[in-house]
Amino acid sequence: MELENLQREDVLMSTRLAAGGRLLNRGKSVRFEFNGKHLRGFDGDTLASALLANDQMLMGRSFKYHRPRGLVASGAEEPNGLVNLGKGGRFEPNARVTTTELFDGLTATSQNHWPSLDFDVGVVNNYAARFLPAGFYYKTFIQPRAAWKHVFEPFIRQSAGLGKAPKDRDVDTYEHFYAFVDVLIVGGGIAGLQAAKTAGASGAKVLLIEQTGHWGGRAPVDGAVIDGKSADDWINNTLDLLDKMENVQVRSRLMGAGIYDHGYALAHERLTDHAPSDDMPRHRLWRIRAKQIITATGAIERPLSFAGNDIPGVMLASAVRDYVVNYGVSAGDRTVVVTNNDDAYRTAIALKGAGLDVPLILDARASGGGALAEEAAALGIRIANGKAIASVKGGKRVTGVQVCAQAGEGAVLEEIACDAIAMSGGWSPVVHLWSHCGGKLIWDDAHAHFRPDADRAPTGADGEPFVSVTGGADGAMSFSGALANADETARHVSKRIGRKAKKATPPNADDVEMAPLAPVWKMPQGAGIKLRSKMWLDYQNDVKVSDVQLAAQEGFESVEHTKRYTTLGMATDQGKLSNINGLAVLADSLNEEIPQVGTTTFRPPYTPISMGSIAGEATGERFQPLRRTPLHDWHAGNGAYWEPVGHWRRPYCFQRSGESVEDAVQREVKATRDSLGLLDASTLGKIIVKGPDAGKFLDMLYTNMMSTLKPGRCRYGLMCSENGFLMDDGVVARIDEDTWLCHTTTGGADHIHAHMEEWLQTEWWDWQVFTANVTEQYAQIAVVGPNARNLLEKLGGMDVSADALPFMAWADGQIGGFDVRAYRISFSGELSYEIAVPASQGRAFWDALLEAGAEWQVTPYGTEALHIMRAEKGFIMIGDETDGTVIPQDLGLDWALSKKKNDYLGKRAQQRSHMADPDRWKLVGLETLDGSVLPDGAYATADGTNANGQRNTQGRVTSTYHSPTLGRGIAMGLVLNGPDRIGEVIDFPKTDGSIVKAKIVNPVFYDPEGEKQNV
Amino acid sequence: MKRYSAFAIAREAARYHTGWERAWRAPEPQKKYDVIIIGAGGHGLATAYHLGKNHGIKNVAIIEKGWLGGGNTGRNTTIIRSNYLQDPSAAIYEKSRSLYETMSQDLNYNVMFSPRGVMMLAQTQHEIRGYQRTAHANALQGVQTEFIGPQKVKELCPIISIDGPRYPVLGALWQARGGTARHDAVAWGYARACSDMGMDILQRTEVTAIRRDGGKVVGVTTTKGDIDCDKLGIVVAGHSGHLADMAGFRLPIESVPLQALVSEPIKPCMDVVIMANTVHGYMSQSDKGEMVIGGGTDGHNNYTQRGSFHHVEETVRALIETFPMLSRLKMLRQWGGIVDVTGDRSPILSKTPVDGIFINCGWGTGGFKAIPGSGWAMADLMANGRSPLTDAFGLERFREGRFIDESVAAGVAH
Ligand SMILES: Cc1cc2nc3c(=O)[nH]c(=O)nc-3n(C[C@H](O)[C@H](O)[C@H](O)COP(=O)(O)OP(=O)(O)OC[C@H]3O[C@@H](n4cnc5c(N)ncnc54)[C@H](O)[C@@H]3O)c2cc1C
Repeated sequence: MELENLQREDVLMSTRLAAGGRLLNRGKSVRFEFNGKHLRGFDGDTLASALLANDQMLMGRSFKYHRPRGLVASGAEEPNGLVNLGKGGRFEPNARVTTTELFDGLTATSQNHWPSLDFDVGVVNNYAARFLPAGFYYKTFIQPRAAWKHVFEPFIRQSAGLGKAPKDRDVDTYEHFYAFVDVLIVGGGIAGLQAAKTAGASGAKVLLIEQTGHWGGRAPVDGAVIDGKSADDWINNTLDLLDKMENVQVRSRLMGAGIYDHGYALAHERLTDHAPSDDMPRHRLWRIRAKQIITATGAIERPLSFAGNDIPGVMLASAVRDYVVNYGVSAGDRTVVVTNNDDAYRTAIALKGAGLDVPLILDARASGGGALAEEAAALGIRIANGKAIASVKGGKRVTGVQVCAQAGEGAVLEEIACDAIAMSGGWSPVVHLWSHCGGKLIWDDAHAHFRPDADRAPTGADGEPFVSVTGGADGAMSFSGALANADETARHVSKRIGRKAKKATPPNADDVEMAPLAPVWKMPQGAGIKLRSKMWLDYQNDVKVSDVQLAAQEGFESVEHTKRYTTLGMATDQGKLSNINGLAVLADSLNEEIPQVGTTTFRPPYTPISMGSIAGEATGERFQPLRRTPLHDWHAGNGAYWEPVGHWRRPYCFQRSGESVEDAVQREVKATRDSLGLLDASTLGKIIVKGPDAGKFLDMLYTNMMSTLKPGRCRYGLMCSENGFLMDDGVVARIDEDTWLCHTTTGGADHIHAHMEEWLQTEWWDWQVFTANVTEQYAQIAVVGPNARNLLEKLGGMDVSADALPFMAWADGQIGGFDVRAYRISFSGELSYEIAVPASQGRAFWDALLEAGAEWQVTPYGTEALHIMRAEKGFIMIGDETDGTVIPQDLGLDWALSKKKNDYLGKRAQQRSHMADPDRWKLVGLETLDGSVLPDGAYATADGTNANGQRNTQGRVTSTYHSPTLGRGIAMGLVLNGPDRIGEVIDFPKTDGSIVKAKIVNPVFYDPEGEKQNV
Repeated sequence: MKRYSAFAIAREAARYHTGWERAWRAPEPQKKYDVIIIGAGGHGLATAYHLGKNHGIKNVAIIEKGWLGGGNTGRNTTIIRSNYLQDPSAAIYEKSRSLYETMSQDLNYNVMFSPRGVMMLAQTQHEIRGYQRTAHANALQGVQTEFIGPQKVKELCPIISIDGPRYPVLGALWQARGGTARHDAVAWGYARACSDMGMDILQRTEVTAIRRDGGKVVGVTTTKGDIDCDKLGIVVAGHSGHLADMAGFRLPIESVPLQALVSEPIKPCMDVVIMANTVHGYMSQSDKGEMVIGGGTDGHNNYTQRGSFHHVEETVRALIETFPMLSRLKMLRQWGGIVDVTGDRSPILSKTPVDGIFINCGWGTGGFKAIPGSGWAMADLMANGRSPLTDAFGLERFREGRFIDESVAAGVAH
């Protein structure tokens, strides 16, 4: 389309100030798109500041009432500014505009509305909202029964949710990083920087991380002067200094996400979100082991609860200031400031300094503010002490405030026109990381906030604290206080890890005298229910003061109950702005003190982290390592139809062109039985057990006697769990006096090895035994069929005759010039050898077998042919005949349970009454009367039903196949007293209810005398 | 008790909801009750509820050390299904599932039971055979399930990738009437109904000792003093070992944290519950829009109700493999709950060596779905001394070797 190529640009009214914006590069203009509008910002903008600069205050809709939502904050705590970001394989829902750095070509759309942001039919007006108080859905939608699933739930789901679901596969990559440090410092404000400097000077290995792209935190915005320099100068000097310390690493855009036991910390780095690229991973997850962790995460300003505090244009005072100072953007032309503390005066002063109008400062404290208030007054700003907001006027944007006395019930004293409100209810330290791993909090009355209790810090394995806190996060409310605190904390932490920080005076900062804050949890104090039901606590989830009060009234008295009943703090910001305010309202409703009510639990991550970064590199082909046998490539090139077995892929069969899977399997069985087959058996577990006590150990592990096995011989062995159940089987070969080689099932190799080690390390730690899993050291090939010996003899080498290598013997030697270990064992009932060669020789040996075997039509076969042949022969398969509830006695394997041994794992368990009960389901063969194949997993029914109305059963199918050898369906199964009931016919219903009749027969269908395998 | 309805909401709206009464009373303990239940989780509350409703036993106290529903009942991933393999399991879970169907009406409390269907993916030949077996067993147990092919899986859940490079989806065991419910509401609904029957729910009251007279229970000691009883039900999940110790017997139970997490909320994109056992993870979408994800248990026994990270990593990996769209969502929150696991991964509903004490525990990673059925059966057991639904779940099964092993059919049992 022609038009699309034209660079259309939508010019909105600009609120960008002519000057200011310490983070902007005004020389570089950046283009972006919001809801289809083409807009411009500057390099250094966040999406939030750029939108605001284009006068786009309305950014989304709330979760429950779909009310218009604008920016409230300027950082990670922002609850409203969430957008669908990007397109296609780079689409991300719920991207927070305040932490999204602007880049050229960025596209975003607003969320949770239909049909448009400005006009959302889902909006619930004030009157209707009254029908949807906290917990309303528990009380309604009850009748009629089917309506919840079919009518109400779909409706609620549609209107809930925020961003859209991504559709395309992620085109970005992710990676994991590991770091090991002495001291991890989270937070790059002045406290974090100072702590890094002090800890660094002690020689400790330090990692300092900061979630945003810039350093220094709040201090530069608040005009700090440190050691006589501007905050920005001090920060840059400090960064230079840290850069010169080889033992200190500093990283920005790296967010401390979680702290776990044993000094394990998780951090999330955003590498290309601010500059998308195909050459770099998008995110990187850092997994850090730190001896000590310092959280210097600062504090977050709290909103105030007054009616209409959710109308776009009502913002945190600190955020309004951030936008002016950092980004040169004004949130409004006329801003009313409302506060209960001195800090918000800084906003008024900054606004005034930027040439903006501040018609009024409402200070809820009757006694008013301190030095900053004087400064504001001197600038000519009108200040009203003891006053509050009765209600905000406006719909999609603030148009004015109604002023009242804080002490009263909200009688309106005057109305002031304004287009923005900057509010401050005090500051709450960011205590999340401290709390993740069990750090406790104390209530600080003076500042009305919770802060970390140093006496109850998270402790490590030695019982000593491993997390410390400093700066604003510790409740320090002044620059010099934060710097001194940081220096002291870092000194203390250095000492804990056995280092000494050189004595140096911490930097000095000019502090202003602050008047004390007055806690204000409701505005005005005596607000009636009408006002309270318009005071928002949680902007995203639409939780109001009245909702928390209703929860308390209905008995949801625990914070956790209130949280869950009202959904307070459960939104994407996890209550960073709302939790303390909500708690205070709850405490007030319950007539309890805030600390008695307590907080909800802080859970990782601090802010949401991408799932992609959690998975890291391990996606797609790399999801799990694929284990390949030395013959894997040959299989792949010869029609292998793969089956995943553990982490291996094994050929289920080898399909020839035009052949079905079933036909291929039947062909492979016939070819092997008639002449010669080859199986890649390399995946079978091979564990070496060696040492003076190896025989004794294996006697405990296996039900059979292994210590008496002669070198050069093999024995089929069974392993049971402590509970007596059969867990694995395989052939054990004695290699020499103190060495055995234990074969396990393919899937069993790793866990049987672990099982051996568990017993050796926890119970029999004084036995002299070593184990080694050598599965991958060998390629093992089963040479099977009447021509097996002919083939090996043709290749020439060691004597493989029945006399030299009888059934169940093994020998080392050479075949066809290869060094081999040949086992004369059979899982098919045919004459069979399993030949092991070093893995590196596997492919060459396989090729030699194929070439020499051509005259006998040598046929490689897969796992399914293997299964059929063993079933024809009546051999059990772990995982088919066994399922963790079957004991060897059920399978007619009593002969493998040594009577000569005092003990083996499972022996005592098998003596329990139910296991010794003669009336158990036991192994039999099953033959359908019509020759069909019994359905897999079918049960045999018995008469009647049990006490719970379930049909009685008397057995089940464990393996079932079409046998090419017998030309009919054969099956193995477990049937009540089965071996005593040979010849009886029993019913196996299919899932559709139709019945297959089958006769109980001997499980050995093929060559019961063993003439073929023993030749 | 004032009934809840749309009408009641309209009535209350007119007066700004100032007229709603407490959902449950906050009583002081009496000296003695006929029955004391320790633990106001779902199972304890459901037991009390059915004692009152089915057996007319209403002089009951439910003692809770924290806040009701705050244990695993309030921190699970709410999967409800009954497609179990073994007969005794299928019987109690199906009873439970059928009670969920009418729970909102029975309790006059919307527990948001959403029978959206549960599927368990088969991603190996072995799993196909296992689930075919379960389907056969279920047919005879009266549990409606079916084995479906990969195309049907894709139809029911368009966001799934059925041809992942590592473990393509080969089919699934599908229970159309399985689903989810709102966990808190289940606890709250039962609590409200119990309180309404005159039962006392004593929150923030910890049982610190169990008092016996010889071989018989006479009462408990709590942080609010001694309380007597004729019968005592211990229903405390992860803390069962402690309570059994107080009563003087031992349990074959281990306590381990089970991990779970949610994503940020997004618009509806998944209408079923999916469990993928080979790769090990399971997921559904809550009514709020969060993708609710469950993983494995920590390898070491402990009581810290904290998330650890390595399981989250494995689970998220597995689920991105199955649902590639997840990669660009964000994890909002992770947590852990202490689950009580028995040797055969099946629960214990049993008399105990102490006369008058009954125990209900061992639901491990999967007992949310069992809450109503377990309450029904436990009440039957406590009132009548036995119940067909609990017969197989007695403590004696460990001594006799009569296990009810469900891990047979699937690696994870949620
Ligand atoms: C992460 C996770 C995910 C899960 N996912 C699922 C799922 O998808 N589907 C499913 O069916 N199940 C799931 N479960 C399992 C399920 O949550 C539990 O089996 C079930 O909730 C247990 O309920 P309960 O009432 O027995 O225990 P709880 O809810 O834990 O209740 C026990 C109560 O006993 C109290 N108590 C303990 N000691 C004392 C004492 N001394 N005095 C007084 N009170 C005491 C506790 O405070 C607690 O409130 C999951 C569990 C977890 C942790």
